[in-house]
Amino acid sequence: MSGVQVTTRRETAPVTAAGTALDRWGRALQRLPLHLVIVIFIAIWIVPTIGMIINSFRAVGDMGTAGWWTTLFPPHGFTFASYQQVLNTENVATSIVNSVLITLPATVIQLAIATMGAYAFAWMNFPGKNIFFIVIVGLMVVPIQMTLIPVLQFFRATGLNGTIVAVWLAHSGYGLPFEVFLLRNYLGGLPREIFESAEVDGAGHAVRFLRIAVPMTVPAIASLTIFVFLGVWNDLLVALTYLGTSPNRPFTVVITQLVTSLGGGWQFLTAAAVLQMALPLAVFIFLQRYFVRGITSGSVKG
Amino acid sequence: MEQFITAIAAVIFVPLVLLGYIILGERVVERLPERLQIWIRPYFWALPAIGFATIFMVYPLLRTVVLSFRNNADTTWVGLNNYVYFFTFPDTLTSLRNSLLWLIFYTSISVALGLVIAILLDRVRYESLAKIAIFLPVPISAVAASIIWKFMFDYQPPGTTQTGTLNALLGLAGQQPVAWLVNSTTNNAALIFVGIWSITGFCMVIISASLKAISTEVLEAARMDGANEFRIVQLIVTPLLWPTITVVGTTMIINALKTFDIVYVLTAGAYDTDVIATQMFNQLANAHYGRAAAVGVVLFVAIVPLLVVNIRRFQQQEEQR
Repeated sequence: MSGVQVTTRRETAPVTAAGTALDRWGRALQRLPLHLVIVIFIAIWIVPTIGMIINSFRAVGDMGTAGWWTTLFPPHGFTFASYQQVLNTENVATSIVNSVLITLPATVIQLAIATMGAYAFAWMNFPGKNIFFIVIVGLMVVPIQMTLIPVLQFFRATGLNGTIVAVWLAHSGYGLPFEVFLLRNYLGGLPREIFESAEVDGAGHAVRFLRIAVPMTVPAIASLTIFVFLGVWNDLLVALTYLGTSPNRPFTVVITQLVTSLGGGWQFLTAAAVLQMALPLAVFIFLQRYFVRGITSGSVKG
Repeated sequence: MEQFITAIAAVIFVPLVLLGYIILGERVVERLPERLQIWIRPYFWALPAIGFATIFMVYPLLRTVVLSFRNNADTTWVGLNNYVYFFTFPDTLTSLRNSLLWLIFYTSISVALGLVIAILLDRVRYESLAKIAIFLPVPISAVAASIIWKFMFDYQPPGTTQTGTLNALLGLAGQQPVAWLVNSTTNNAALIFVGIWSITGFCMVIISASLKAISTEVLEAARMDGANEFRIVQLIVTPLLWPTITVVGTTMIINALKTFDIVYVLTAGAYDTDVIATQMFNQLANAHYGRAAAVGVVLFVAIVPLLVVNIRRFQQQEEQR
């Protein structure tokens, strides 16, 4: 749990002669507004989530008549009714399975291809390399919206529309530019000598890639895997466009369609939201270090 | 069942196929004359990546530009009609205005809050714990975040019990409840706030990382010289963090322009909350491909300046390598 790096820079004011109790109290009092502001920020950032999680364990009737905070006092009246209702709602259980079936392959496919491509960009010279790479840097910011119509038509023409294969391929295409960019920077930063001495020993590119480049890139691939995985798991737009109402649609799409179609009585969907976000939150809590490292290396060093 | 088999097969076979591609391909390439090898090998390695990028990004991008000048059935050229529609029809103009609101407020507030929170947390002992709290919404999907906030914004007619957290608080303060998501003076602000809430932790983590890189000595020296904390932040910390702030800012601008999920789930664009991306999706869903393509192109044109900035920054970094 020690991921978010801490080298806290507390007030290291000289404590020489002025270390009296009164003085310390005075300083603590001075810092009171600081703590107060921070506590308010923390409250705004966690209370909504906590409120919804608490609501998900209440009866739907209760949610409509009293706020979630009333449950904090007895009688609590906690129940799993919403969870039962959600899991028994049509398409929900299947869609959770679909989310897994979409996310895992999509992640594996794009990372495998990206690592290979990144190796070529990092350790080989070829005509047009710079132009290709600049195009990739440019593609990183192109909005997915620009591609939806032609890709949809392509999937319709090939009969892939509505299948999970379509979403694997689409996610892979959309994710590749960023992944190739990041992995190429990482691979390019590996010491040249290792590759040169392997070459002298007669190791071909296949061996150098599989025995040296890939093992040494594991930290970067690990961080990236988390991001890609969560990105696909949380995605709405891509799945909504290419799967729409297909029986293969993932959890996010089904939740969204329930929210819009239900109008009233949507409260039991709190349970759906909790189920949907359980995996990302677990990943964040247990793999915090990779998570934060991934974010900082991805955008600061670029 | 069939789905399971396909998925498991993909997870196992895709890496195996690529492995085979690499090993067998290299065998073939190695047999070729030296001069040919140098030419062929890199393309052989980069081909899958370049292929995917071409099929799913480069070609569709060009095709969308073409489609934006065609009619919905893609049978004739219609000149600028789709664009004229976009820039004259009241609904699309509203979406354009809202995207502009997102662009300005989402970007500036999320970056500013990220900066402020990073600086504040740098001064307390419970920093790591507080960071986790602020960061918590980042891994949560926009769909789940929207349901979280649907409860915060929940509205009941005045006089009845308010179950939404915000309206209950307003009630405590003796105010009338507000229909946050319906009222057209509050709904865009409410949606933008959900976006800010989801992303501030991301800005904070990045800014905080470069804040930690500022040497303590510089700050101590300034303190010794009698500068107060506000002056230090204004004159030393912010300028030193500026490169990071611009990087985070550009990322936020792109996010703002691409905003889709939050609006789609919370209001579906009703009550004048449409943004460019939801507008585009609705046109697409109604098979108005020409119009949808034009909306996409408008979105793309808005992002082009950032694309140029990104490429420039990349080229500068390359020179330093």
